[in-house]
Amino acid sequence: MLLGFAEWLAANPWSVALHESLYMYPLVESTHVLTICLFLGTLAMVDLRLLGIAFRDTPIPEMTARLLPWTVAGFVLLVVTGGLLFFAIPVRTYQSLWFRIKIILLVAAGINMWIFHKRVQNDVDRWARDQKPPRAARVSAMISLSAWAGVVVTGRMIAYNWFDCDRPQAAFVVWFAECMVDAP
Amino acid sequence: MTLFDVFDWLELTAIGEAVRGSIWLFPAIEAVHLLALAMIGGAVLVVDLRLLGASLRDQPVASVAKNAHPWLVASLLALIATGVPLFLSEAVKCYFNTSFWVKMITLVVAVTFAFSVRRRIADGRWQVGAGLQKLTGATSIGLWFVVAAAGRWIGFS
Repeated sequence: MLLGFAEWLAANPWSVALHESLYMYPLVESTHVLTICLFLGTLAMVDLRLLGIAFRDTPIPEMTARLLPWTVAGFVLLVVTGGLLFFAIPVRTYQSLWFRIKIILLVAAGINMWIFHKRVQNDVDRWARDQKPPRAARVSAMISLSAWAGVVVTGRMIAYNWFDCDRPQAAFVVWFAECMVDAP
Repeated sequence: MTLFDVFDWLELTAIGEAVRGSIWLFPAIEAVHLLALAMIGGAVLVVDLRLLGASLRDQPVASVAKNAHPWLVASLLALIATGVPLFLSEAVKCYFNTSFWVKMITLVVAVTFAFSVRRRIADGRWQVGAGLQKLTGATSIGLWFVVAAAGRWIGFS
């Protein structure tokens, strides 16, 4: 069904136009990459504070209140440009091993963030000025940094065709990327 | 010996050959380069946004700058350490690539600016008004933006 959706997108003339445009695709791609600086850069500073290895004299609520709005702005731009990149090359991306791992890591990062904001952060007032925050906060930050780093790396790898369905692949790749599924 | 001969020679160094000869070495180094880019983006932006008065306004600029500085240096070193082998693997292509030269010249300007004017204004050695602080932050963001954008564009041309 999702493959059908990807093929439906691929048939859209705008999708073809974006994919084949001389400047639009690279511009969207570059915006996507540069926005990583805004998103992951600001998020990393917050996570490093939670790990107790940067900005140790800055209260944690101040870090989150002042920096996370920039992180969110970056995320919105990443989703918009990322959506456009998917729209430009839907079928190959949908069947990309790297794209699929990226989405899994993205969901993991999202769940981790949700747990941090719903649970871990509840008693932040008690450790707002701690140079080294409690273990739960440090674990949250570590998971966040690892998962987002994984998202960036796997995202970059989508561009390489090593595991593309139009090349001979190991059984696992064929299964994981759903290479053999026919469109409805 | 011309500059081109130097680039030609650089491409034939052992590191250049090794990166070019491997299918995964370039992407792997590039991935680390990209992560370091995200990190330097954070270290640069926290200070520049503070200079612009747009973030961490309850903290003195000097404090934000002092906290961010080690991360700026560390990520810059990581970017150079990963950027050099990437360059060596395609030095001749870079020689003919306008984006490469735009990036490198802007990089020199950005690093010089970061460790001279911006550092002194941020840590308070040079006392300037809010207007000049804002100009410093905007200049820094602009310079690093060009470095990163031109860097990305090397791959497209």
